[in-house]
Amino acid sequence: MIEHYMALFIKSAFIENMALAFFLGMCSFMAVSRKVETAIGLGIAVIFVLVLAVVTSNLIFNYLLREGAMAWIHPGLANVDLSFLSFLAYIGSIAALVQLVEMFLDRFVPTLYSALGIFLPLIAVNCAILGAALFMEQRDYAFGDSVVFAIGSGIGWALAVIGMAAIREKLRYSNVPAGLRGLGLAFILTGLMALGFLAFSGIQL
Amino acid sequence: MSAIFGKKERTTLIDPLFNNNPIALQILGICSALAVTTKLDKAIVMAISLTIVTAFSNLSISLIRNLVPTNVRIIIQLTIIASLVIIADQILKAFVPAISKQLSVFVGLIITNCIVMGRAEAYAMQNPPWESFLDGIGNGLGYSMILIILGFFRELFGSGKILGYTVLKTINEGGWYNPNGLLLMAPGALFIIAILIWLLRVWKPEQQEKE
Repeated sequence: MIEHYMALFIKSAFIENMALAFFLGMCSFMAVSRKVETAIGLGIAVIFVLVLAVVTSNLIFNYLLREGAMAWIHPGLANVDLSFLSFLAYIGSIAALVQLVEMFLDRFVPTLYSALGIFLPLIAVNCAILGAALFMEQRDYAFGDSVVFAIGSGIGWALAVIGMAAIREKLRYSNVPAGLRGLGLAFILTGLMALGFLAFSGIQL
Repeated sequence: MSAIFGKKERTTLIDPLFNNNPIALQILGICSALAVTTKLDKAIVMAISLTIVTAFSNLSISLIRNLVPTNVRIIIQLTIIASLVIIADQILKAFVPAISKQLSVFVGLIITNCIVMGRAEAYAMQNPPWESFLDGIGNGLGYSMILIILGFFRELFGSGKILGYTVLKTINEGGWYNPNGLLLMAPGALFIIAILIWLLRVWKPEQQEKE
């Protein structure tokens, strides 16, 4: 069992890295990777919200939306299939969750709130979060699997954005062709990082 | 009141193509731009769905913009967009099931595509419905243009085909072309988009960033 979870973790963090293999969360990836400090803040916030969101979506999908999932409420509901509502349910629960986390941190952990504060609203529309929830549904992960998958992909995304920020900080001292400055070079760098992560795809699990 | 298709409306429609391209300049909606472009047909289906969703979300949000309290606007925008995407997803599943299966989670990810949210927030909340609708179409087209260019080059040089028809006969099929597999993988997409942005900024130097 442990081996199965370890394999899933490595797979979601490195081999199928959210940012570098599926391009998820690219918008905030490009926008926030200018400084290592902010990248770390965003990375931690993403791990946190991603785990909560995927676990919540997993429960919503398995107990409310999938075909026959509502049989536990009333046997007459055994044939109801609400899976087409999954997009709406996930994005709604993610937005609500972000709001709750924000309020909770503001009240009980103000230091963490002031560190993560500005990133939390950004995360509601980070494609990595919704993407992870949708992958969870598509691959039909059980509850335990979805927790490990969420932790793995959150850490993978955070690693990618922190690494990217570190490279971009160094780049400030180099002389880049005018047309390539900023966004263009950021894409090339991400491409090179993705090339590096491709090396993980040879791992047999 | 200006004409229904006057100069201002034309600018709203054309501007996002080159002068204010959502992907190349505004850094919006990159997420899905890269993942769905390994084949041209996938890219075209995705581009059409996104253009329609953006146009109609802009239209509906602009219609209710004066009724929405500001502190709940984000969740209302998300609900409208998610409902439109559900409709788009159901239509794709019904009419092009094969492509819908290949696009997998990326149709759902139109919801969090920053173009849709970004235009709703930045344009539709302040402008009347007809202009907002055009702005949605224009930004959708700007996105489509990049997607289709990417899809074209990746499919042509990655597998020697365009829309599934063989153009460059690959060695495996007894031809002469040695396909560049890198283009079908993640890094290929990033390199091509970087080159596109470079070319666009050499052509239009005012878009260059000062860093």
